[in-house]
Amino acid sequence: MMRYNFDKELESLHLNLLQMAGLVEESIESTIEALKKHDVELAKKVAQGDNIIDKLEKKIEKQCIDLIARQQPLAKDLRTISSVLKIITDLERIADQSADIASYTIKMAREKYIKPIKDIPKMAECTKNMVNRVIDAYIKQDIEEAKAVIASDDEVDDLFAKIVQELTVIVKNNPQTVEQAINLVVIAKYLERMADHTTNIGEWIIYNVTGEHYKV
Amino acid sequence: MENKQLKEIKICTKGLNFFYGDNQALKGINIEILAKKVTALIGPSGCGKSTFLKTLNRMNDLIPEARLEGEIYLDNLNLYNDYDIVELRKKVGMVFQKPNPFPMSIYDNIAYGPRIHGIKNKAVLDQIVESSLQKAALWEEVKDRLKQNALGLSGGQQQRLCIARVLAVEPEVVLMDEPTSALDPLATLKIEDLIQELADNYTIVIVTHNMQQAGRISDYTAFFLHGEIVEYETTSKIFSVPNDKRTEDYITGRFG
Repeated sequence: MMRYNFDKELESLHLNLLQMAGLVEESIESTIEALKKHDVELAKKVAQGDNIIDKLEKKIEKQCIDLIARQQPLAKDLRTISSVLKIITDLERIADQSADIASYTIKMAREKYIKPIKDIPKMAECTKNMVNRVIDAYIKQDIEEAKAVIASDDEVDDLFAKIVQELTVIVKNNPQTVEQAINLVVIAKYLERMADHTTNIGEWIIYNVTGEHYKV
Repeated sequence: MENKQLKEIKICTKGLNFFYGDNQALKGINIEILAKKVTALIGPSGCGKSTFLKTLNRMNDLIPEARLEGEIYLDNLNLYNDYDIVELRKKVGMVFQKPNPFPMSIYDNIAYGPRIHGIKNKAVLDQIVESSLQKAALWEEVKDRLKQNALGLSGGQQQRLCIARVLAVEPEVVLMDEPTSALDPLATLKIEDLIQELADNYTIVIVTHNMQQAGRISDYTAFFLHGEIVEYETTSKIFSVPNDKRTEDYITGRFG
């Protein structure tokens, strides 16, 4: 077995990425739990957790740059390290948006919701699931799974459209709800963007395996 | 250098100057080399890195008109005053650019050093030969032909044999002067893996013209230029954010 040390460092890179992805999943779960239950404490935790994810991103980034500088990665190795660099940016954005949702939860802590919070958790569940599956695809380097994750983005987009439509009706009937309706639209939009970032991750996995960019 | 205080210093030099006649090859070298780490010395030809390496086991002693000033310490003892040369060379082994096995069997190559140091017992020698070849990752390839002439081995195998020969006398420091420059890329990678493995137990100082190699295998890197050390840092730092513009220019191929 040659380049034993390089392989060991790549392994550690993968493990750090998995740890980061795990934290991102947790963040999504908690942020929606907090929203559903008006749980300000939990929302604050999500915001704090974002710092840990940011630090991990910087650590992985440094690891990638170090590997490029010291190991002269080529072919698959080079694609892997470039893909990881891109993937962590997407993961970091997802975590940011999760923290942004938490800040809206804190903002709306004392308000009664103008509609039952049902579709937003559904969107969140869908998005979290996508993150989970995309990381699984990453571990297995499974292109078909990555493509399936990319396809699931449509479900999230459909839910987003549905939420906007419903809120529009609510606001039309009762203009006083407009403020909270806007907040909820923003939250739904964050989730929609989170799913988009997950889609990007899927595309980077495909690039890593095939060397070509995936076109839907 | 970060965290250096916490680690054991194996070798340190103070105001080390070295002259070949009127020509000063090393100018005021102050360096602390850490135990059980790989330290790479890089720099353009004629920068003094090989001269420096050779001072560490007094290989320059016999060069006419060569002169050394300043101090070198190995385990806090003065390398020139406090060591007997045989004792020093046992403690500080050296591997050269071109593999240089003795024209004798694989077994005798490895047993040569221990025999000189007085080991006669066959069983003990057998044990030393096996464990040295194991450590040099050569045992599996040669265990069935230990009596064959070492010159029949491939270049990469010969170099690992030379490393095994050094290890047989149980050194603490291994100096390597471009140990892979005569080898093909795969043999090179094998030696590189081996060097990193050895660093668990030995202090390794390696001169290399191959900057990428320094990046791959060393923990610390010293950049030599015109007989001086321009920068001595963790390899990670040298190869991603060097402090000195001259280091940056050298490692990015802007000169040298």
